[in-house]
Amino acid sequence: MSFVLVQVIAGGLLLGAVYALFSSGLTLVWGMMNIVNFAHGDFVMLGMYVAYVVYTLMGGGPILGAPLATLVLATVGVVVYFALIRDIMKGPMLAQILGTFGLALLLRYSVFWWFGANFLSMPSNIVGGTYAFAGLRLEASRLLAGVVALLVTFGLHLLLTRTSLGSKMLAVAEDQTAAQLMGIRPDTMQAIAWAIAAGATGLAGALIANFFYIVPTVGETLGIVAFVTVSLGGFGSVPGALVAGLLIGVIESLSGYLIGAVYKDIVVYVLFLSFLWFRPQGLMGKM
Amino acid sequence: MNFKHVTRLFCAAAMFLALGSGAQAQDKVIKIGVIMPMSGGTASIGAHAKAALEVAMDIINNAHPELGNLPLAKNAGLAGLGGAKIEAVFADNQGNPATGQNQALRLITEEKVAAVFGSYQSGVTLTSSAIAEKYGVPFLNSESVAANLTERGFKWFFRTTPIATDFAKIYVDFLADIKAQGAKTDSVAVVHDNTEYGTSVANTIAGAFKEKGRPIALDIAYPVNATDLQGQVLQLKDKKPDVVIMISYTSDAILFAKTMQSLDYKPPVLLADDAGYSDPSFTKAVGKISQGAFNRSSWVVGPPGSASAIIADMYKKKSGEEMDDTVARQMQGFFVLADAIDRAGSTEPAKIQAALKATDLKPEQLMIGYKGVKFDDKGQNVLASGAIIQLQDGENYVSVWPKANAEKAPMLPYKGW
Repeated sequence: MSFVLVQVIAGGLLLGAVYALFSSGLTLVWGMMNIVNFAHGDFVMLGMYVAYVVYTLMGGGPILGAPLATLVLATVGVVVYFALIRDIMKGPMLAQILGTFGLALLLRYSVFWWFGANFLSMPSNIVGGTYAFAGLRLEASRLLAGVVALLVTFGLHLLLTRTSLGSKMLAVAEDQTAAQLMGIRPDTMQAIAWAIAAGATGLAGALIANFFYIVPTVGETLGIVAFVTVSLGGFGSVPGALVAGLLIGVIESLSGYLIGAVYKDIVVYVLFLSFLWFRPQGLMGKM
Repeated sequence: MNFKHVTRLFCAAAMFLALGSGAQAQDKVIKIGVIMPMSGGTASIGAHAKAALEVAMDIINNAHPELGNLPLAKNAGLAGLGGAKIEAVFADNQGNPATGQNQALRLITEEKVAAVFGSYQSGVTLTSSAIAEKYGVPFLNSESVAANLTERGFKWFFRTTPIATDFAKIYVDFLADIKAQGAKTDSVAVVHDNTEYGTSVANTIAGAFKEKGRPIALDIAYPVNATDLQGQVLQLKDKKPDVVIMISYTSDAILFAKTMQSLDYKPPVLLADDAGYSDPSFTKAVGKISQGAFNRSSWVVGPPGSASAIIADMYKKKSGEEMDDTVARQMQGFFVLADAIDRAGSTEPAKIQAALKATDLKPEQLMIGYKGVKFDDKGQNVLASGAIIQLQDGENYVSVWPKANAEKAPMLPYKGW
C-alpha cells in the first residue's frame, strides 16, 4: 500500500470522527422524541461562532471556547425545546419538519445579520500545528476533535445505558404515559435531552471551528453530512453514528483521492442507498 | 438600533422635509435591477457589491467634482434625463441559477427596471441574462468570466470585464516571463470546482496552454462548497506540478489554504484566478498562510487624490473593507450602464441598448485599469485588460506584472506560511 494511501485513510478516519461528533446530537434527539431537527447544522454553526467570539473577545482558545460553546448551546437547546419543540411535537409530522426548518433559517439569518456574510477563521496557532509520524501528518486540531468525538460517544452511551437519568429518558422515549405514571416528568426529561444534544453539537462546532472556516451558511454544508451519518448509523443510535461517521469519512477520502472529488459523493450515496436497501434501520438502529 | 439605522432615519426625515418644501423638480427615479448573491456560500460577495453600488449611486446622484473625468460625477443625477436619480433594486440570487432567473423575471415584469445588472456567478449570469434577452431589456455584466456568455448571439447582453480567454493569455505570458527569470514552470496543474465558472475557466486555460504546445499536466475537479479537500491536496503533493492554478470561490479557497498547511504542501508557484482569492475575507482568514499567492486583477489604486484613490476611500468608509478587484469591476460596470442610460436620454430599452453599443470610454474616464470600454458585436468589452498581483506580505496584494505598472518584483517561490 502506497504511503499516500495511508495518509488518505488517516485523514478519512479523522474526518469521520468529526462527522460522528456533530451527528451524535441529531441522533439523540431522534432517539428521544422522534424529531428530525433540521436546525442541527445551524446549531453546529452557532457553536463555531461562540468559539470565535470567545477567541476575539477574551483571547481564549478551545480550553475556554469549547466548554462555553457547550454551555451556550445547551441553554439554546432548552429554550428551543420549551418555546418550539414541545408544541410542535403534538402537531403533524409536517409541522415538525417545517418548524425546525424555520428555526434553521432564523438562526442562520440572525447570525448573518449580526456578524455579516464574511468568512471568518480561527488563527491556525490556537490548537498547535501538525504532528508528523514517519511522514504521516496529523493535524492537532483534528486529532483533538477526533478524541473528543470518541469520548462524547462513549459518555452518551454510558449515560443512556448505565445511569438512572438515562433510563428515565429512555422510558419517556418508549412510552410517555407509562413513564408519567411512574413519576417521571416527560417535559423535564425531554428538555434535558435537548440540552445534552444541543450541548454536544455546540462542542462539536467549537472544535470544528479550529480547522474549518466560519460563515453563517456553514450549517448547510455540514447538515447534510450529519443526516447521512445518522441514517446510516441507525436513527437514535449513538454508537451507530460513530461507526457510520468513520465509514463515511474513509469512503469519502478514498474515493475522492482514487476516483476524483466530484465523484466521491456519488460513491458515498450509492453505497449508502444500497446499504439501506438491505438494512433500512441502519447499522445499529432498531426496527 | 445602530449608527447606520440612525443615519437612515435622519436621511428619511431630511428627504421628507425636502419633499414637503416642494422640491419635486428632480424626483424622477430610474430603476436598475441588481441581481447578486446576498445569501448562500458567496453572500460576502453580495454584501460587498451592495456597498460598492451604493457608493456608485452616491457618485452618480450627487455632485462629486473632485472625481475629475469620471462620467456622471460632476453634476447631481443624470443630466441627459433632467437630473434623474439612479436607484438600484437589489435581488438575491442565493448563488443559484434558477433563483437568479426568477429574480430577473420579477425585476423586469414587476419592478419594471430599465436595465438589469449582475449576477456574479457565471452560472447565474447565464440564466438571468436569458430572461432579459427574452424581454428585450439591456443586461450588463461586470464580473462573470465564463467565455460562452458572449457566444450566445444575444442582442441585449453586454459585458465589461476581461474574460477567461484574456486571462488565459495573461497566465501563459506571465509564466513564460518568470520562467525566463529562472522559475520552473513546465508542468501546470489546474484545480477547479464543478460550477459553470470553474469548469469553463479551467477549459479555457487548458486550451490556451495546449495552443502553446504545453498541455496541462493535471486537472483536479472538486464539488463546490466541499467539506474536505485532503484528497485533492494529496494528489497535488503526489504529482508535484511546478505551477498550480486555483479556480475557486471563497469557501473552498479558504479550505484549500488550511488543508495545504496541515498537509505541508507548497507548490513552487500558486496562481489564483481571482474569485475567492480576491475576497477580502479570504485574506483576513488565511492570508498569513497564503503568502506569495499570485492572483489576477484589473484594480490598481492610484496616488492620493486620484479618482481611484478617492473611490477606494469612499468604499472603505461605507463597507469597512479594502476595495478589491471584484467590487471594482462591479462599480465600473455600473458606471458604464448609468453612462449609457444618461446618453440614451431615455429609459426605453432600445435607446439604452443603442447607447451601450455606442459606448467608447477612454482609460482616463475609468476608475479601473482597463484600456477603455468599447463593445464588439457580441457585447464583449474589447478593451478590457488585467494584470497579475501577489499577496507578498499575506495582507495586501501588490501589482507585480506586467513590469510597466508593477509596484514590486514577483516573489518566488510560493512562501505559504
